Amino acid sequence: MEYFFELFLGGLTRGSIYALIALGYTMVYGIVQLINFAHGEIYMIGAFTALIVISVLTMLGWNQIAILLIAAGVAVVYSSAYGYTMEKIAYKPLRKAPRLSALISAIGMSLFLQNYVLLAQTSDFMPFPGLIPDFEFMEPYAHIIGSPELVILITTAIVMVLLTIMIKFSKIGKAMRATAQDRDMAMLVGVNVNWVISVTFIIGSATAAIGGVLIASHIGQVNFYIGFIAGIKAFVAAVLGGIGSIPGAVLGSLVLGWTESFFTGYISSDYEDVFAFIFLVLILIFRPAGILGRSTAEKV
Amino acid sequence: MLVNELKKSLFVSLWFMFLTFPIMVIQVNTVENIIQWRWANLFFVGVGSFVLSALWRYLIRRKEQGIQETEVDGVARVTLSQRLLNNRRFTIPALFVVSILALAFPFVFSLYQTNIMITAMIYVLLGLGLNIVVGVAGLLDLGYAAFYCVGAYSYALLNYHFGFGFWSVLGIGAGLAALFGIILGFPVLRLRGDYLAIVTLGFGEIIRLIMENWNAFSFGPSGIANIPRPGFFGVEMNIEQVTIYVYFLMIGMSLFTIFVVNRLQDSRIGRAWIALREDEVACQAMGIDKRKTKLMAFALGATWAGFAGVIFAAKTTFINPASFTLWESINILCVVVLGGMGSIVGVIVGAFVLILLPEYLRFLSEYRILAFGAVLVVMMVFRPGGIVETVRRTYQYKETA
Amino acid sequence: MDMEPILDVKQLTMKFGGLRALDKVDLDVYQGQIVALIGPNGAGKTTFFNCITGMYDPSGGDVLISPPKNGRPQRINGIKPNKVTEKGLARTFQNIRLFHNMTVLENVMIGCHCRMKAGILGAVLRGASTRREEEAVIQKSYTILKKIGLEKYVNDFAKNLPYGAQRRLEIARAMATDPFMLLLDEPAAGMNPQETHELDELIIRIRDTEGISILLIEHDMKLVMSLSDRIFVMDYGKKIAQGTPEEIRKNPAVIKAYLGEEIDA
Repeated sequence: MEYFFELFLGGLTRGSIYALIALGYTMVYGIVQLINFAHGEIYMIGAFTALIVISVLTMLGWNQIAILLIAAGVAVVYSSAYGYTMEKIAYKPLRKAPRLSALISAIGMSLFLQNYVLLAQTSDFMPFPGLIPDFEFMEPYAHIIGSPELVILITTAIVMVLLTIMIKFSKIGKAMRATAQDRDMAMLVGVNVNWVISVTFIIGSATAAIGGVLIASHIGQVNFYIGFIAGIKAFVAAVLGGIGSIPGAVLGSLVLGWTESFFTGYISSDYEDVFAFIFLVLILIFRPAGILGRSTAEKV
Repeated sequence: MLVNELKKSLFVSLWFMFLTFPIMVIQVNTVENIIQWRWANLFFVGVGSFVLSALWRYLIRRKEQGIQETEVDGVARVTLSQRLLNNRRFTIPALFVVSILALAFPFVFSLYQTNIMITAMIYVLLGLGLNIVVGVAGLLDLGYAAFYCVGAYSYALLNYHFGFGFWSVLGIGAGLAALFGIILGFPVLRLRGDYLAIVTLGFGEIIRLIMENWNAFSFGPSGIANIPRPGFFGVEMNIEQVTIYVYFLMIGMSLFTIFVVNRLQDSRIGRAWIALREDEVACQAMGIDKRKTKLMAFALGATWAGFAGVIFAAKTTFINPASFTLWESINILCVVVLGGMGSIVGVIVGAFVLILLPEYLRFLSEYRILAFGAVLVVMMVFRPGGIVETVRRTYQYKETA
Repeated sequence: MDMEPILDVKQLTMKFGGLRALDKVDLDVYQGQIVALIGPNGAGKTTFFNCITGMYDPSGGDVLISPPKNGRPQRINGIKPNKVTEKGLARTFQNIRLFHNMTVLENVMIGCHCRMKAGILGAVLRGASTRREEEAVIQKSYTILKKIGLEKYVNDFAKNLPYGAQRRLEIARAMATDPFMLLLDEPAAGMNPQETHELDELIIRIRDTEGISILLIEHDMKLVMSLSDRIFVMDYGKKIAQGTPEEIRKNPAVIKAYLGEEIDA
């Protein structure tokens, strides 16, 4: 039973991190119907920026918690800036182009950013310090869940709640929902669609950066390629939940996290990814719009 | 006006200096605890982005003007590549020169160069096959490398276990790939657009991961070595002769593919594919069986990946799952899109550019992929139709009576 | 009438969740008739078409056809749209759905698709029979375009056609499937009076010279009244009236449904 619980929490942690990345995919898809293939790279840049800030501040001898907060802050700012710029360069000129063009452009962006980090920094894995301290009050439960995992879970929960509130109640949230439904109509009633799209990219990038910092400190290393695999997994999660739906992204991520965790825990770790993909294929075949997605029948 | 432009460029330049600051300027050495500040990079980024942003805005403006002009005229501009392709005084000599070059190539250039050419022609096959699926029928397939993988492993395994020869497996491999295409196609083809893309992606990864993990069947990540090269009626050949032989075999295969694809596009089935890409609902209302037509596109596309896979295995004599990753699928997709979707000449040009350019740009060495990524973005923004921007050849009615 | 109706719809019902878009609708069409289906916006007319042509699978009721060539009645609800077309029921769309990047000729050739045989092997080998078939299809398509009066556009892209011509091309494309009955969804929408008048003549000509029966949805009352042999009226998913134009004009239920919308002819 304890083993089950351990796997359950492991899956939950894993799923939370996927969720932070999947949010960006799902929000961007909801608004511009684009698979932002380079989203994983934003996450990677967030992690790398954080690592650089951490290294610099550590050498200056700063306090650990302060370093963590500042590094996360800088990572969020920079990832958002990259997300914003990426949209302006690679996607905005292609808004009226066929989707395939935008997808190829995204693939180009992804390759570019990977190699940009590879060339400007390094191709090696860089050690990433585990900055989250072991809290004292967690000691009795340490064999089940560690402090870093707890921080990941709490952070994800906070981000989700904030995001939901923003989309439900704020003005920009309303504008985002309007744009997602009908871009032309939103424009007609005075929504600044360009700004809405930019904000979507910025928010998606910011949550990805938070995910980047958390996962890097959890796993303990980063390199230029981490974005690709995490990106694919998060995308799978977003599609699983029903792409375009924010609760769907969270649910899809958790389902994927648990699936992987239980599968590797009880069956075999060799086929972990195979299983994740088979699961995806099955879900899409039997429920093409994802778990929470609405199936939109085409109007004839 | 000019001041305004300069201001804009300056702003962009400052933005990029900010953006690239941590990654371009700071280099942390965690082992020796030293921070290197590379201020020179900041300068390069500043100047570079200043110039590029001016150029970018100029090109965007020109593109928008072009769109406006065609809207006013009501006639699409005829592109240069299209004019050239329709001009017999250009095509016939060009074809002649290309044939001479192709025939002479292996005798003039080194073995190494010939091998590169063979690789490029493998991509011609793959590109033309995927073009049926993506370019003509409009089904976005991100797992095409899976069928390539099936072809390659069919040869490797059938040869290893049962000693099958190249020629017999060429057909079997293609058939197996087509079978996989149909097996995958049945459940997924009712999915639309992006969902189809992600399921094919998933399928591609499943096949590769199975090959990687099922050691008993596929020998895992270490792959299969010593796959025999193609034979020629049992004649013993040295490495040079075999390479030349494979080279001409590829030329033959390429010609065969071009012939078949061309015929298919100009047929009842080709028309149905194009119509399907245009409007699925209308297509069904016109009596076209959507499922069957899509399956045909999928299976035919897979067939060519199967051919290419068998030849690839025979050419390299060694295969492992690393050759069939998602990046491989994306690479093939880039051949199709960069060259010019739906156009046979385009796909051929795309394959050669994509394979040869990185080979001959070795002086750029590590900047190759960076440049490639940038080229993809720039191409899509400024020339989304691909290198050879052709308008499809249409049926013309001529009064005969 | 002794004859079997060629289209006999019985108690057709379509539910979307809790909403009854169609509620036990009956409708029949006899060979050689032009029948109109009218009703206010949102009455369920297009849903009715979609159920007959296989785009939707109806929740209840029956759609029976007896093609004039082999008069055996058969049930067609629930079969795929392409099968419906193969059986001889062809439709057009309210929001024009042409293949925009194909030429006018190619659009009509697509309509011939289901009457052709060439498969993959035939396409690749292009033997004598395939070539003959292609040639015949091109001729047939051109003949249809001539009948509809679109021959001057034959090599133009469908997207470049004037609006009225696009609507007529939809009809030409549907005719290429060799139907015994055409279902036209608002064929006159967006046309000017001159174009509407030409359409009127065209529809009658199709019926008289081709022997194709016609069921149409239309809002242009003048056109409906002058064309139709019989009219069915729907409102809120239910059939509220049926009869000759004369009867419909006087029907109080119809007048009530259209209150605010005028029916003058």
